[in-house]
Amino acid sequence: MAGLPLISMRNIVKRFPGVTANDQINLDLYSGQIHALLGENGSGKTTLMSILTGLYRPTEGVISVEGKEKKFTSPRDAIDSGIGMVHQHFKLIESFTVAENIALSQASTSFLISQETVIEDINKLGEKYGMSVNPRSYVWQLSVGEKQRVEILRMLYRNSKVLILDEPTAVLTPQETRELFLNLRKMADDGCAVVFISHKLNEVLELADKITVLRGGKVAGCFDRSDTNRYGLIEMMIGREIKVAYSSKKEQTIGETVLEINNISALNDVGTLGLSGMSLKVKAGEIYGIAGVSGNGQRELAETLAGLRPTTCGNIKFYGEDITDMSPKDMIERGISYVPEDRLGMGLVPNLNACENVMLKEYDKPKYSEGWRIKENAAIKATKAIVEKFDVRLGSIFQPVKMMSGGNLQKLLLGREIASKPKLMIVLYPVRGLDIGAIESVHKLILQLKEANTAIILVSEELEEIAELADRVGVIFSGKILGEFPIGDLDIERVGSLMAGVVEDKGEPI
Amino acid sequence: MTETLLISILAASITAGTPILFAALGELITERAGITNLGVDGMMLIGAATGFMASVTFHNPWLGVCVALVAGALMALIHAYLTITLRANQVVSGLALALFGSGLSSYLGKAYVGMRPEQTFEKLSIPFLSKIPILGPVLFKQDALVYLSYALVFLAAFYLYKTRAGLFLRALGENPSALDAVGVNVFGLRYIYVIIGGALAGLGGAYLSLAYAPCWLENMTAGRGWIAVALVIFALWDPWRALVGSYLFGGIDALGFHLQVLGVPVSIFLLNMLPYIFTILVLILVLIKRGGRLAAPQSLGIPYDREER
Amino acid sequence: MRIKIQKSLAPNLVSQILVPIFAVLASLLFCAVFFALTGRDPLEVYYAMFAGALGSEYGISETFVKMIPLALCGLGIAVAFRMHLWNIGAEGQFYMGACAATWVPLSFPDWPFALMIPAMIIMGALAGGLWGLLAGWFKTKWQVDEIISTLMMNYIGILWVDFLVYGAWRDPGGKNFPLTAAFPSAAMLPTFGSLRVHYGIFFVLIFATVFWIIFKKSKWGYETLVIGSNPVAARYAGINIKRNILLTMFISGALCGIAGMVEVSGVVGKLQPGISPGYGYTAIIVAWLARLHPIAIMGVAFLFAIIHVGGFMLQTMGMPSATATMLQGAMLFFVVGADLLTKYEIKFVGRKVGEKND
Repeated sequence: MAGLPLISMRNIVKRFPGVTANDQINLDLYSGQIHALLGENGSGKTTLMSILTGLYRPTEGVISVEGKEKKFTSPRDAIDSGIGMVHQHFKLIESFTVAENIALSQASTSFLISQETVIEDINKLGEKYGMSVNPRSYVWQLSVGEKQRVEILRMLYRNSKVLILDEPTAVLTPQETRELFLNLRKMADDGCAVVFISHKLNEVLELADKITVLRGGKVAGCFDRSDTNRYGLIEMMIGREIKVAYSSKKEQTIGETVLEINNISALNDVGTLGLSGMSLKVKAGEIYGIAGVSGNGQRELAETLAGLRPTTCGNIKFYGEDITDMSPKDMIERGISYVPEDRLGMGLVPNLNACENVMLKEYDKPKYSEGWRIKENAAIKATKAIVEKFDVRLGSIFQPVKMMSGGNLQKLLLGREIASKPKLMIVLYPVRGLDIGAIESVHKLILQLKEANTAIILVSEELEEIAELADRVGVIFSGKILGEFPIGDLDIERVGSLMAGVVEDKGEPI
Repeated sequence: MTETLLISILAASITAGTPILFAALGELITERAGITNLGVDGMMLIGAATGFMASVTFHNPWLGVCVALVAGALMALIHAYLTITLRANQVVSGLALALFGSGLSSYLGKAYVGMRPEQTFEKLSIPFLSKIPILGPVLFKQDALVYLSYALVFLAAFYLYKTRAGLFLRALGENPSALDAVGVNVFGLRYIYVIIGGALAGLGGAYLSLAYAPCWLENMTAGRGWIAVALVIFALWDPWRALVGSYLFGGIDALGFHLQVLGVPVSIFLLNMLPYIFTILVLILVLIKRGGRLAAPQSLGIPYDREER
Repeated sequence: MRIKIQKSLAPNLVSQILVPIFAVLASLLFCAVFFALTGRDPLEVYYAMFAGALGSEYGISETFVKMIPLALCGLGIAVAFRMHLWNIGAEGQFYMGACAATWVPLSFPDWPFALMIPAMIIMGALAGGLWGLLAGWFKTKWQVDEIISTLMMNYIGILWVDFLVYGAWRDPGGKNFPLTAAFPSAAMLPTFGSLRVHYGIFFVLIFATVFWIIFKKSKWGYETLVIGSNPVAARYAGINIKRNILLTMFISGALCGIAGMVEVSGVVGKLQPGISPGYGYTAIIVAWLARLHPIAIMGVAFLFAIIHVGGFMLQTMGMPSATATMLQGAMLFFVVGADLLTKYEIKFVGRKVGEKND
């Protein structure tokens, strides 16, 4: 790439209380180039981009736009300089239409809003880049992929020259990902500089022209795509050699059928069908992995099992007993454990300390209470045991748990659930947001639980994780299991198609 | 029911409903911006007291209105500072202001109890329109502040639904981070709307002491500010519905008064209970119909927190 | 050496004790400004207040008299607020409790003390409890915001008492004043000698201790704590939120109802309009300032009683007793604002060699 970089970041440092998120980072973005920012969680990628988009101010360092030094005091400055970002959590207003959302970021200062011009422009843009969305539809009606398109269109509408996308494929099917990549290429060819933040190696290798690897807040390396290979990059990301996959999955006899879900349906939060004819069976000591893009009914499934969501038809049998629509308390009493994805929002109470959290589900049992009283000492003892057994790092068991890091929160949560000796556990995205060390620990814990003969349903977005741990795999799409495979017969291509809803080989979507 | 009686009751409904309407409009705007302000009653009282004091001292009811606007705005500024900048609990902050407003207004207005202003707001007939049978004298033979309230409702609806700024206001309450990401000053805008809400509440109070009564009595709102807060909910945050709701309440007030005058043998205390009972009933009805607060601005009551720059 | 202020996540000494003290002092200052602006010497005002409340046997006795209903209502409010149930209806529950308690001596004037008083307590608790329960029921059944419903029910409750006292319950021998006949002595709580302070103070001590223990050690205390902190997690844990809303609103209302009973039985000796000069509202501030801690509530209630009695004494200076309300309201919003300070802590940071200036 010849010529001046469109954007140049030099010696960027960003410090927060207690941590240096970015340490002497240099980054050059050229128009026409797709630049990938690769790194694990906590490597500093999002912080760096937050600086570029004007959300944060760098502690040190300089940003230049087209050669001229610029100081961004607010997101507006960045937007005016032609920088736009699509965040992981969309900044859309659900109850507005697409047009209204895009109009929101319009540069115009007109007093009255003219819907028609906006709608026309959106249609034109959509056609140009092959990303059409109906401007009149309400955002809450759109699919996740379409919402992302709205975000991208919003940037283009503002004539952004620098397009930053933060983990955009986390919410897309393989098909949608391919489409996105094509569109990004078109935009780059049109003169934009595209920044693609990701931790997914395959995608980075497929899409990017240039790759910058971040680790621990510093630049670990910067290469053209042609210069690299997969394993070199992983090492750079992690800083050490990759460990071989766990050898800990021993041969184990699978027991009787613990759980039988027969054709259940349930509504989701928006009022449409979240589960539709969902069926599956799990046996004791078996890990049933559910693969699928987030938002296809995983949460709804877990909640029906936990007693938090009513079914509209079908039944659930637990050791032969019909437990359909029982209360959360009933489920807990029968030994059904739910480890939610929202650790601090649902699984734990942030303002309470570790002891108070450990007895959350069992405070009613003789283990922790006697008559009207809570047995404080029993709770303290149990907490200490869990902290030790599961290697939970925290300041003090009497401090609010919100002070703990993500990995340790998950260990505490899992530890509590495992210590309750459940017969069935459904766990959602157990290693989301955790670093490699924590991921290993968590996976080991899950395998230990399997050895204790618990039936486990493991819901994950990472096919690798499922391949490592599961005995059987089911692919979830639109609220039902589209296909099931024993682990030995796992065909990644097939799974990928099912994840996108494609059942027949003809490639016809459902 | 004779025609004159009907007109009398309907017209009185409007007069009685107007203070609530001002306050409800103000609270509606504040809540659309995402902030709950429970101090409305206190701000009304401050507006009533200060407005009355200014009007009597300077023999000018319009000056009283202006002072009331400013007073309400200042109180709202306190609430804004607490809830937006300090991100305090909005419920308790609003309550504190309601209580403080009650006490402060009593303290300030003490010397003015029992006074009668020389000038009040006279009823002005709008030519031609006021001749329409029944609706004419009801709607168009009111005082200037009532006409102001009509204009404000129209303005509020137009602003909210037809202008860019109104789009921003609606976005503020739904998803402030969406606005922040485009560089709009969320904090500043919220301040402005909370202050406007307070000013309108003060105006509502001023109407009570300068036009409706007109006089100053301790705690003369009798909880109207709270009714306004409830009203915003069942008006579903829409100005026109707020108008209808306010007059409905005014109607109950007016009805009670008229029944008394007619000598209907119902205890005045039971009659006075009606607005409050009615509020609860209507709230229940609306919630049943709507199945929960589906229409509330999504971010209402949640302080906006962004990492430091 | 630099002082650094940084975000802190754990409750610390600053938040628990210093902040409420700061709030009290700041509000005194704030109101002093108002006094000065309206031509009064703030020091004179404050001296008059405190001397009036504490300077004489009569004053101290009056302070205790006012402290009792404040503390009891404050406890009731704390029970509800702990669960983030915003019970603003303490005032109405107080009135209903007083009303129901009055019914006993009016209907059974010949009952002995040992029968009368317990009956009055039970009736007071029931009435207040049911009044609160009603709002709780509206919430569980139809998600009616309890702030609005309890508030409306305040006005209804007060008007109801007016209705009775001006009507069916009016004392025929009372020269047409709106009050009931005086209670027989069997219906009155004993006092301490010739002072007005009555045995209601024991109610305060007992209930404060009981609820302190309940909050800290009981299952129900734990449940309400979890629900108030994170209702999603509470549901996840199988805690029955609906049942707790109903139970808590009942207990909250019952405590306020007992406050009402204690007031008519210990102090007034009859039912009349305006038996509460806003105790129910003031108690909200008391509870919040005391951070919902039952023992602290007693202390704060005492402070507020001082302000209240003192404020009353101010009338001799030509100031309205509402001055007290003003001061109390200011204290609340200083606490609310000062809550922010609890999110920070002070740290001493050494300067490293070569470190750049921030």
